Amino acid sequence: MNRITELFKKKSGPVLSIYYTAGYPGLNDTLLIAKSLEEAGADMLEIGFPFSDPLADGPVIQHSSEVALKNGMSLRALFGQLKALREEVNIPVLLMGYLNPVIQYGMEKFCASCEECGIDGLILPDLPMAEYEETYQELFRSHHLSNIFLVTPESSEERIRKIDGLSEGFVYALSSSSTTGKNMASSDRTEAYFEKLRSLELRNPLMIGFGVSDRESFQKVVSYARGAIIGSAFIRLLEKEGAGAEAIHGFVRSVLGR
Amino acid sequence: MKLENKYGVDERGYYGRFGGAYIPEMLYPNIRELRENYLQIINETGFRKEFENLLSDYVGRPTPLYLAQRLSEHYGTSIYLKREDLNHTGAHKINNTIGQILLAEKLGKKRIIAETGAGQHGVATATVCALRGLECVVYMGEIDMQRQAPNVARMKMLGAEVVPATCGSKTLKDATNEALRDWINNPVDTHYIIGSVVGPHPYPDMVARFQSVISREIRQQLLDKTGSELPDHIIACVGGGSNAMGAFYHFLDEEQVKLTGVEAGGEGVNSGKSAATTVLGKDGIIHGSRSLLMQTEDGQIVEPHSVSAGLDYPGIGPQHAHLHDTGRVKFVNITDREAMEAGLLLCKLEGIIPAIESSHALAWLEKMEFRDSESIVISLSGRGDKDLQTYIDYFKL
Repeated sequence: MNRITELFKKKSGPVLSIYYTAGYPGLNDTLLIAKSLEEAGADMLEIGFPFSDPLADGPVIQHSSEVALKNGMSLRALFGQLKALREEVNIPVLLMGYLNPVIQYGMEKFCASCEECGIDGLILPDLPMAEYEETYQELFRSHHLSNIFLVTPESSEERIRKIDGLSEGFVYALSSSSTTGKNMASSDRTEAYFEKLRSLELRNPLMIGFGVSDRESFQKVVSYARGAIIGSAFIRLLEKEGAGAEAIHGFVRSVLGR
Repeated sequence: MKLENKYGVDERGYYGRFGGAYIPEMLYPNIRELRENYLQIINETGFRKEFENLLSDYVGRPTPLYLAQRLSEHYGTSIYLKREDLNHTGAHKINNTIGQILLAEKLGKKRIIAETGAGQHGVATATVCALRGLECVVYMGEIDMQRQAPNVARMKMLGAEVVPATCGSKTLKDATNEALRDWINNPVDTHYIIGSVVGPHPYPDMVARFQSVISREIRQQLLDKTGSELPDHIIACVGGGSNAMGAFYHFLDEEQVKLTGVEAGGEGVNSGKSAATTVLGKDGIIHGSRSLLMQTEDGQIVEPHSVSAGLDYPGIGPQHAHLHDTGRVKFVNITDREAMEAGLLLCKLEGIIPAIESSHALAWLEKMEFRDSESIVISLSGRGDKDLQTYIDYFKL
């Protein structure tokens, strides 16, 4: 059982996952931030590897990617840093990013590097489901990597079921059809969508992301799902406060209400 | 889906190994809606009739196929210019925007977004939005807004909101990212009019079909003028490649017609300031499709360079990548300097000021060797008014 599945099996309360960009704010902050997040009580991490042309990202994450690239971050550099990941961090860690850097690195080599570093799962938003199913599913499995697909309020029930069938670990439900970093729209429509997702009784646990930024929004979405993902709000903190452990601890604890 | 020619798109949206739809889930409903409806809508008799009426009465088609006498004498061959510069709004871009605005209406969309590099596609989009009374937002790189100021003014006069793309290289690729993000955030009421044969399936095929009016007319006009539908050569510039695809479309299966796509070599392919994608690019994914792409070893997109904002794009359309792969189209490149001089030559010999994009196609004539009897068609994709300042600065006029 990989760490993601184990987490959802063992933990009874809501799961908090934090996204941040590798190599931001400083090139060598990746592991320091991971360690601080675990110490502070985050249950899972999503480490973004930067791409020059990130379609699904809003300005905050896009800016962090630009800085990370300028700092010299690349997949090669990231895997160099992540060699020590499992000496420092025990919680599940996913990599998230766009397909082009992965293809240039080589999909097989990428999966092997992930496994070597103890990565548990992947989120590649522009990887088509059909291509995954036909070409990569076996490869991911052979390297013990869970693949996570996204669903949005515009996804049909049929498609949500297909996504659930192909995802392993959890399904990543976007709170709205939008780029990252927008405040979550609090409307009857959003709640109806969350209700619908809950009523579908998917085989995978649900994590809600996009627009979750603080304790209030975290608590709201975890009443519908097993957990939530915070990205832009955490990047904003790093931008303002740097990668110091104290600020990171304060942020996580404020979300968890400790 | 019926394969209309052997180089066309397959039922999954691929041209050989290129194409596809590499999009985040947020874009899936928009793309699916288009994919499931575009062929049926554009093949309806009513749609075709309205499209063709607007092309003839509003755009001014057919555009002439002009036998350029003095240019032909200069090179010792027969050179025909397909005068897309004489279209309303001054470029081939309007063919596609007319098609897509009608499609958007059929899909019940109320708001149109677009990206633009040189501004020609932005102007064409703003124009059709004004024509049909739809809201229009055009994304344009901040740097392109400076170098194409007259087109920014045109778009504003036509009622469009022009939004600067301030990230990355602040040019066309960044404007495309911004437009795609807008579409993600407005999935229901908005249609994105992509201006070239790029983007996720079905855009490359859809745009090629709307632009294929160019090659359909060339065949008829050549037949009328020469008694043969088929020239020896067709030459067109390639940024994303919509005018080239339009000019090649009805000749793809006529293997005796030699097709040449001219890319922007910038200051030279090895200068670090170039947009010659087929030379400098390798397989990759950008803006939702797999194609040839200028990128670093790590898969980060390289900022291209061309004196022509319209060719300043790090990729080419997936169908072009496939045509390059199969050898059906020969891809070449022309430097900034060669293009500027070819543009000036056309002014002096024929009294036509070409867009700098088109000047790249004209410049290839310098490198060709001709037999007397050969006929060459060059797609003159746009007129040079928008580039006057660049010509003025370059030639110190």
